[in-house]
Amino acid sequence: MSVSAIHDDHHDHGPAKGLMRWVTTTNHKDIGTLYMVTSLIMFMVGGAMALVIRAELFEPGMQFVDPMFYNSMTTLHALIMVFGAVMPAFAGLANWMIPMMIGSPDMALPRLNNWSFWLLPFAVLMLMSTLFMEGGAAAAGWTLYPPLVLQTGAAFPFTIFTIHILGVSSILAAINIIVTILNMRAPGMTLMKMPLFVWTWLITAFLLIAIMPVFAGAVTMLLTDKFFGTSFFNAAGGGDPVLYQHLFWFFGHPEVYVLILPSFGIVSQIIPTFSRKRLFGYSSMVYATASIGFLSFIVWGHHQYTVGMPIEGELYFTYATMLIAVPTGVKVFNWISTMWRGAITFESPMLWAIAFVVLFTLGGFTGLMMSISPADLQYHDTYFIVAHFHYVLVSGAVFAIIGGVYYWLPKWTGRMYDERLAQLHFWLTTLSVNLCFFPQHFLGLAGMPRRIPDYALQFAEFNAWSSVGGFIFGFSQLIFCYIVIRCMRRQGEHASDEVWEGAGEHGLEFTLPSPAPYHTWETPPNVH
Amino acid sequence: MKKLMTLLAVSGFAVAGEASADYALNLTEGVTELSRDIHDLHMLIFWICVGIGVLVYGILVYSLIHHRKSKGAVPAQFHENTKIEILWTVIPFLILLGMAIPATRVMIKVYDTTGADLTVKVTGYQWKWKYDYLDEGVSFFSTLSAKSNEARQMGSGIDPATVDHYLLDVDHPLVLPVGKKVRFLFTGGDVLHAWWVPDLGWKKDTIPGFITDGWATIEKPGTYRGQCTELCGRDHAFMPIVVIAKPEAEYREWLAAQKGTAVQAAGEPATSQEKPSDHQPEPPLAAAGSSEATSPAPAIGEPLTQEVAMTLGKEVYESHCQSCHQANGEGVPGLFPAIHGSQVVQGPLAAHIQLVLNGKPPLMASFRNILKPQEVAAVITYQRNAFGNSTGDLVQPADIATH
Repeated sequence: MSVSAIHDDHHDHGPAKGLMRWVTTTNHKDIGTLYMVTSLIMFMVGGAMALVIRAELFEPGMQFVDPMFYNSMTTLHALIMVFGAVMPAFAGLANWMIPMMIGSPDMALPRLNNWSFWLLPFAVLMLMSTLFMEGGAAAAGWTLYPPLVLQTGAAFPFTIFTIHILGVSSILAAINIIVTILNMRAPGMTLMKMPLFVWTWLITAFLLIAIMPVFAGAVTMLLTDKFFGTSFFNAAGGGDPVLYQHLFWFFGHPEVYVLILPSFGIVSQIIPTFSRKRLFGYSSMVYATASIGFLSFIVWGHHQYTVGMPIEGELYFTYATMLIAVPTGVKVFNWISTMWRGAITFESPMLWAIAFVVLFTLGGFTGLMMSISPADLQYHDTYFIVAHFHYVLVSGAVFAIIGGVYYWLPKWTGRMYDERLAQLHFWLTTLSVNLCFFPQHFLGLAGMPRRIPDYALQFAEFNAWSSVGGFIFGFSQLIFCYIVIRCMRRQGEHASDEVWEGAGEHGLEFTLPSPAPYHTWETPPNVH
Repeated sequence: MKKLMTLLAVSGFAVAGEASADYALNLTEGVTELSRDIHDLHMLIFWICVGIGVLVYGILVYSLIHHRKSKGAVPAQFHENTKIEILWTVIPFLILLGMAIPATRVMIKVYDTTGADLTVKVTGYQWKWKYDYLDEGVSFFSTLSAKSNEARQMGSGIDPATVDHYLLDVDHPLVLPVGKKVRFLFTGGDVLHAWWVPDLGWKKDTIPGFITDGWATIEKPGTYRGQCTELCGRDHAFMPIVVIAKPEAEYREWLAAQKGTAVQAAGEPATSQEKPSDHQPEPPLAAAGSSEATSPAPAIGEPLTQEVAMTLGKEVYESHCQSCHQANGEGVPGLFPAIHGSQVVQGPLAAHIQLVLNGKPPLMASFRNILKPQEVAAVITYQRNAFGNSTGDLVQPADIATH
């Protein structure tokens, strides 16, 4: 992709001074930064909750927390990681990168952008505040299944309202991204020339708009069941608890693709740069992403193989779910073919991307195993599942985000991060994540259910290993915080405009100066 | 580093010691046709995944080693190849077909609950199981064994390693005949639960207001353990399942004993020697002789003495009330009210009886069909005279019957 950027002598308007800059900003880079910083903070908060869980599970017996609090921890850990850490990180990356990648001066709807960000901290704070309410925070798991969730104490309506607000925030962000991508591309930036990260976000945004209202509706039905005497999910009143599960997973399954599709995009940006070769099978990547997006809507029942649906349903969901392996496989094959006969170097972003391909594929294998409904009758709700979704979400989504941060951080801050520290961070994280989650496969197969604070003795060894891995993983992220803060404080070597050797060939963002000026592409580039 | 050394020491010790008698790496083959089929299916998919994994990771690693810039690799220019892209779309599809066919066959078998020799209804409650032998009129609750229950309390000071089958042992196991097709009906009493015994090969959710089913023909006598696998609240981890499979004749004996005790017990008052917590958990005989399977309480209508009511009441409290209202009667603030100093407990008797019989949705189950009148009378008497409450009331089964 070659670019001719025309720079005029226009003077940049710098950001406003002081705290109000961040409150009133409509600049896509500022809002991107706000999202990313919020995400990092919530990643540490959610991680701390995971460490409470792993501490309690280090050995058999109840040592630290009441089972009720333990259940709150598993519930909030998931809600915070999904809605407070991973989704805001993607929103942050989208804000920073999409305008720079498609040659647009900003997002299409800047004030909406400000609003969609500022809903987020308040929603998350409200969720955290439920920990201090009478009866404790919600403890029915992030799926909030009735009737159990109706037993929540004072936290119940606040948890629901949190979800409403987070949903509004996500929908606004998604609308903004779609409008930006469809309307703000530079001349010559046709849809099939867009970087993969932009494509994956475009599809993700459509998923979000389709699913968040369903989730909001389902939790509102919970609210009226609890306070207004309706019986949507109460069999005694003619309702059905399983109806909630169908609604939830109609949201929930596309939601997990919301958490992974942008990761595919990030990895598809990183691998070509460090292989010094064009992405293999660009158009099949786009079609594969779209197929995964479509399939995500018609496979939700595989979360419910044990609820006793008719066998036709079981088999339909089995076949449909297995199909997802095809486009996902195409993506993995394309990444490997991109590396094949490239000239590979192993800077930190590439390490994370390679680890992503290896470990996400591993999570994909267990996913395929679980798609087989009879086998899932054994796997369902065990640690096998816990291992599976942490492989795809931690060593999948989170690894891609971290890789993306290392990839673009020099562009954002104008400084190279400390490569030696970053390599240390990578190896500690990768080894510990496997130490933490690999043994959980064995635990699940051996019969350990998930969401339990205490377990039988035969599960002791692997849980101890897993806890040690979890703690190393958690504390390793402090290195990451240190690296990022150093760059943000403009410490370290200056980064070149291209940042990575030849990166200008792979994305418009690397044709801009480092750090990227406050306003970019005020005159759109010409894309050939 | 220190942590790692400790862990190495801990796990090395544990592997050598008896604490880890039987940890497993893989899915059990189990003791039913279904569990074996599912295990085989699991292994089939596993090996297919391993095969694909070796291929994919092999190519990746080869590329990472040989196509490095530091080795002087010059990037090639290719970036698509329609033939190969079609190939790696079609081949995985065919592999999936190869998995779908056996999966379908097994699933059809799983759903075939016809021709059962006996039917057991399983009801999930917070946090216990109820088993009804539908054709035999035998019915009982199954809760975590007293020893495990004691050891699992925070600060109990009891090392779980000293408890037999810690968290996987119950007071009244489900006893089933070997070689008979057992059909299970599942329903929930309050929230969702899931009934899972890995050796039987599957799990099933128990849903309040709905009935789901499953089946098993157990091929080998033995004790098979499992757990609740659907988050069901505070004590989700503490409602295990124990199935004891016996040869037909022994099963018949056990069943007769169950019916016998039911008849016998009707005549004689409960005595303190018959507390369920005194039971040895393991030997099959204990299961056969579990005389509390149907409660050893006086017949309806027979007046209780204060002493009998307090003893029986304490037992009922421990198996039905304690997990929420706590052993000390203090409850959990914001969720489960305290019994100690409760206005209901110290107030008018009628309101107290109503609450126990009707429950308090969505938190408290209705005990009208769970407890017998004399048990309700006893537990109410107990609550009104324990935990620092001292109303002096003695409630009689007759008082319950009028509500």
